[in-house]
Amino acid sequence: MSFLDFLVTNRREVLGLTLEHLGLVGVSTGIAVAIGVPAGILLTRWRALRDPILGLANILQTVPSLALFSFLIPLHVSLFGARVVGGLGAQTAVAALVLYALLPVIRNTTVGIEGVDPAIREAARGMGMTGREILRLVEIPLALGVIVAGIRVATVISVGTATIAAAIDAGGLGRYIFRGLRMNDTNLVLAGAVPAAALALAADFLLGRAERLFAPGGARRRRGLVAAVIVAALALGAVVAAQVAGGGGGGAGGRAAARIAVGSKDFTEQIILGEIVAQAIEARTGLEVVRRFDLGGSLAHQALVAGEIDVYVEYTGTAWTAILGGERLTDPAEVLRRVRAAYAERFDLEWTEPLGFDNTFAILVRGEVARRLGLRTISDAASHAPGWRAGFGQDFLSRADGYDGFVPAYDLRFAERPREMDLSLTYRALAEGVVDLIAGNSTDGLIARLDLVQLADDRRYFPPYDAVPVARRQMLARHPEVRETLRALGGLITVDEMRAMNLAVDGEHSSPREVAMQYLKRKGITAATSDPF
Amino acid sequence: MTQARPDAVIEFRNVSFRLPNGKSLLDGLSLQARRGETLVLLGRSGSGKTTTLKMVNRLLNPTAGEVRVEGKATVAWDPIRLRRRIGYVIQEVGLFPHLSIAENVGIVPRLEGWERERIAARARELLDLVGLPPDRFAARAPRELSGGQRQRVGVARALAADPPILLLDEPFGALDPITRSEMQKEFRALEERLGKTMLFVTHDVREALILGSRVALLRDGRLAFLGEPREFLRSDDAEARAFVESSASPALREGGA
Repeated sequence: MSFLDFLVTNRREVLGLTLEHLGLVGVSTGIAVAIGVPAGILLTRWRALRDPILGLANILQTVPSLALFSFLIPLHVSLFGARVVGGLGAQTAVAALVLYALLPVIRNTTVGIEGVDPAIREAARGMGMTGREILRLVEIPLALGVIVAGIRVATVISVGTATIAAAIDAGGLGRYIFRGLRMNDTNLVLAGAVPAAALALAADFLLGRAERLFAPGGARRRRGLVAAVIVAALALGAVVAAQVAGGGGGGAGGRAAARIAVGSKDFTEQIILGEIVAQAIEARTGLEVVRRFDLGGSLAHQALVAGEIDVYVEYTGTAWTAILGGERLTDPAEVLRRVRAAYAERFDLEWTEPLGFDNTFAILVRGEVARRLGLRTISDAASHAPGWRAGFGQDFLSRADGYDGFVPAYDLRFAERPREMDLSLTYRALAEGVVDLIAGNSTDGLIARLDLVQLADDRRYFPPYDAVPVARRQMLARHPEVRETLRALGGLITVDEMRAMNLAVDGEHSSPREVAMQYLKRKGITAATSDPF
Repeated sequence: MTQARPDAVIEFRNVSFRLPNGKSLLDGLSLQARRGETLVLLGRSGSGKTTTLKMVNRLLNPTAGEVRVEGKATVAWDPIRLRRRIGYVIQEVGLFPHLSIAENVGIVPRLEGWERERIAARARELLDLVGLPPDRFAARAPRELSGGQRQRVGVARALAADPPILLLDEPFGALDPITRSEMQKEFRALEERLGKTMLFVTHDVREALILGSRVALLRDGRLAFLGEPREFLRSDDAEARAFVESSASPALREGGA
């Protein structure tokens, strides 16, 4: 399918996501202006605040978005009974975007007002203007061009950063971009990036016109019109955002106590597993399920701790090393026992039954090479390694349980220093012979599709990564039927089945919902006749 | 201390001004400006002329002594009310670039809450007065005007609410010699017509002698001479002599006598 075909086929969704995106940008920029312009004015009156406030705004801009989200999600800031900051969804994305947009607005307001010719200010004082009159009649009109320039920068930055909203289930064009990157689907990436770029260019153009109009000496008669257009655009954004928030909002702590919020991380397997858990709960308990998928980084864990979601599937090894910071362990039962105890004590969370498969690092070589050389284990490959090149993802190269321990564990030597590349690219590089050995994920659908062979971890270097639904104990106590359902999923999924499902989504572009539904029917978890929707 | 005369509109009583860092800009200054006269403050750069001027409309307050305007100490005035009674013209003019010429002239009446028609009529009247035909100039922007034209607008703006007092800080300082000389002639005519009390700052002795009913010569923040132009030319004061000699020319005698 060509990119244009994709756009035409999915025009409603593309338009919807674009409007969501516009809503996020419009609301956050509007709030940033409402806060930033008065703050900028205050800084010109209260000089002692100038450096601390501008410094703080500067620091806020450098905070990575995922770090900012993990700080914002646990907050509960309410206004008129509605939660305005905290949790998953649009309100927290808007809060983050506001923080990012504040600096250019505050700085340009302050600089614009400070830049007013001192002779003009003195003339104004000398003729008997009060401080307010000077601000209203002289300083703001003269600084307006610079202030609008700041709003323009803030808006264009926001169009770009609003893509991260997808990481906390707040929608926008980031959905397409991240899904496309994950699935190695250029059309999807473009379907997110092209409208985003068009929005950025349009905002830049329109606000550039406004900037010239509001500069001293601009055509004053048309200012009212432009101001009205901008206000109307912001209002439209607010309406759209309100609908987005209304439609997607209401997590575990929401109005209906009987709703179960199922989360997932932001890669294909996680979304399929999220669907499996969600559909199983829907079919077997009759409870209403809210899906909060696609949570980036460790946000799923933070959302679970904060009560924003009730359950998601985690991997024992990841929880043990990345979240709990434990030392390397290789016995699957031991790791599960330890994470189960630690989570119960520290987070009041319960590790239910393992789903049955282990998504560990998979050391992969080309099938043709494995067959020719008769390779089955990593130890078998060690003697050939000095003639090979290796390529690894950033994750594998940086993790405590990754490259640094792996090489001495098998006494490996490669022809050259391993290449560092994006994980999805290592598969292609291996298949095309650019490198000879990579570390993938054992459940990846591409392994079978590209005729790659996973070498057995015969020295048991890698910790186990058993997939297990983790749930809030409070929710399980209230709904024992959910615990029963999760128990029914225990031991259900084999590595091959998981690979096949991943391939169905990544390789054949089936929807995760459909793949999960077919699987649950086949396994008899949901009755073939019942309709889970 | 000098005795206040009944017609003293502006009076400095032993006024000193020090910066927060201790530097003295004015030291024990006493002088009066009488109703309807143009008192020129003459002096070199840094002699305290502008500082003196800014104490009249309370842009600065004395650190010792007091300044009285219309019989009342400036510190007892509401600064906004005081400034609205005093027209103020500075060398850089300070026209508001985002307002038209007519709007610039009408700004103080607007602050005073006049009706629109009255403001517009007043602006036209004043533009006429300073030699800028309102039909051609009222709607234009300040940046479209020459330096001399802008300065005329500055004067018109200062006169807009008909203040009894006018402060002028080197209003013609940035103009070329020919324009400057024309403006001085017109200003002289204006002085007689308006009958305002004016304090006029300059470092140009020719200008001081042409425009001033009296000249106050400042040196290092002290009053070195105070008297009529005629007396100034005959003064023994070293600073006064230095000024007279620095620009001695036939034109001086012609204009100052």
